[in-house]
Amino acid sequence: MYRYDEFDHAFVHQRVAQFRDQVARRMSGELSEEEFKPLRLMNGLYLQLHAYMLRVAIPYGVLSARQLRCLADISRRYDKGYGHITTRQNIQFNWIKLSDMPDLLEILAGVEMHAIQTSGNCIRNTTADHFAGAAADEIEDPRVWCEIIRQWSTLHPEFSFLPRKFKIAVSGATEDRAALRVHDIGLQLRRNEAGETGFEVMVGGGQGRSPMIAKTIRKYLPKAELLSYLESILRIYNQQGRRDNMYKARIKILVHELGAENLAKLVETEWQQIREGAIDLPETEVARIEHYFEPPPFTVSTDAGLDAARHGDSEFNTWLERNVSAHKQPGYAIATISLKPAGKPPGDISAEQMEVVADLAECYSFDELRATHQQNLVLPHVRKSDLFEVWETLKAHGLANANHGLISDIIACPGMDFCSLATARSLPVAKEISMRFADIAYQQDIGDLRLNISGCINACGHHHVGHIGILGLDKRGEESYQITLGGRSDKNAAIGEVIGPAFSADKIVDAVETVMRTYLDQRLSGEAFIDAYTRMGREPFKERLYANN
Amino acid sequence: MKFEIISANRLSDGRVVYLTRDGDWSESIIDAHSVHSTEERGAVLAQAERSADDGIIVSPYLVSMVDDGGTLAPLRFRERIRLFGPGTHRSATKNLSSQTGR
Repeated sequence: MYRYDEFDHAFVHQRVAQFRDQVARRMSGELSEEEFKPLRLMNGLYLQLHAYMLRVAIPYGVLSARQLRCLADISRRYDKGYGHITTRQNIQFNWIKLSDMPDLLEILAGVEMHAIQTSGNCIRNTTADHFAGAAADEIEDPRVWCEIIRQWSTLHPEFSFLPRKFKIAVSGATEDRAALRVHDIGLQLRRNEAGETGFEVMVGGGQGRSPMIAKTIRKYLPKAELLSYLESILRIYNQQGRRDNMYKARIKILVHELGAENLAKLVETEWQQIREGAIDLPETEVARIEHYFEPPPFTVSTDAGLDAARHGDSEFNTWLERNVSAHKQPGYAIATISLKPAGKPPGDISAEQMEVVADLAECYSFDELRATHQQNLVLPHVRKSDLFEVWETLKAHGLANANHGLISDIIACPGMDFCSLATARSLPVAKEISMRFADIAYQQDIGDLRLNISGCINACGHHHVGHIGILGLDKRGEESYQITLGGRSDKNAAIGEVIGPAFSADKIVDAVETVMRTYLDQRLSGEAFIDAYTRMGREPFKERLYANN
Repeated sequence: MKFEIISANRLSDGRVVYLTRDGDWSESIIDAHSVHSTEERGAVLAQAERSADDGIIVSPYLVSMVDDGGTLAPLRFRERIRLFGPGTHRSATKNLSSQTGR
């Protein structure tokens, strides 16, 4: 993992001191809410329905045991004993007091954490493949470049007040687990014909009220020139992005209005002027950062323990099949810890569970953890022979849900239960769906499926790219839920199609079950839901859903 | 019967509060001052804005209420969630009996 250098330490502590002073001035009345609001947002503090919400940055989703223990401590001391993993690999606390914030940030700084770049119209915390550094299908570890982007973007004077927020995601694997194509910039590490690695640069993806899939504006960018190229894109966006209408201010609108080819030309022209400058890092600095992400000291390991366990416990076998993924190192595996138990809010984790996971990371995963945009946690480097012990511990603490990638592995925003922007609740819908489909055998029969729920058109719950998407709306004071089908965020990314009129709150779970029944009745042997939908189109689903209307 | 009350979030901790009859702010809706006329509305909102200026609360606004057969409740669903707390987090949910205006 990356460790702060002197600059990082000084900067974060300086920010804490600044915010301590700003909070004091706000509490004394010296600063009005209008003056204070942008300052608190720069430090990840939102005012929601019931209280202040603090969003803590987890850079590219990477955490250590010490950091997770600190988050557990914060949740006990300053919140209600739990945290919520977000759809951008961060963690949120929902019950923070403004008066506690300076001390809280000081504690976070002590474990090299902060809440900067989690809000506001800046380059937000960069996200990454949550299996980075571990996945068997990885070409190269993207975390090195995520860290380089972090250092470049934090406090960037030119890009601190962009037309709108700006999100960058990076992947180094062949499978897209980072939803690259629905980010402002998606960076995919690829090899060229000479065997060198560089980036495919995709621009203008996003969700919200105008969902769009990113366009590739450069098929291969040498890694060494990443920062100057990013700087060129951001500069064009900063100059030409719309500031007159916040709903048209994201770069996806600029790409749509200019066309990807024209944007690429503008970026190229800008890049030619700055690419030989001082922005790109010297090789020695890249090598210094790479050093932090060297593989952990793996040992030669066999699969013997895993094989013995596999035959001994069917519950464990189910967890192995769903929650354990292939590792690049023989004898090791990646374990996904599902935070989606039936009947509970997706992504919530208690302080006690955080401590259990931290212990597991320390004992079994070289002190490394990942937070996923699918609102789960990951132990990235577990010896296969240790998996049974890890699973037993997880099971004892309600963390061994074998539903990764199944219908109950729901992505959901906090919705109107917490969020001041929401138009409907999302968590109760997620809860009811997870209970309706709680039977793991039923879920397994349905197979791979992504069901995503958003409580408003801002789409924090990624409903546009769910195989089944649910959007909560306010229809004349009543909650209603629109279904979209066929969305996906992988390398074949697509925006889901609205299937028809919205359903009332008491009908939406039945509607999801109808979609499932339609699929189960008409699928071909071994055909996943998304493939069946692609083959069948929306009509069979629409017919069944609205048969009585 | 319809009427309005004033709600806001408390500056120090962000908690939901209601303007009371004596000009204070309470976490209990039972203490809320009921506004029944447009003339009164302006005066009470001005009073609430002074509390915002004094750094007690943030962003006060009017909440439409209904008296449904003796039970007082906010008209809008959003305000009911603010009143009762998030339904999915029982430990965070407020005591309903102490919050309904029966």
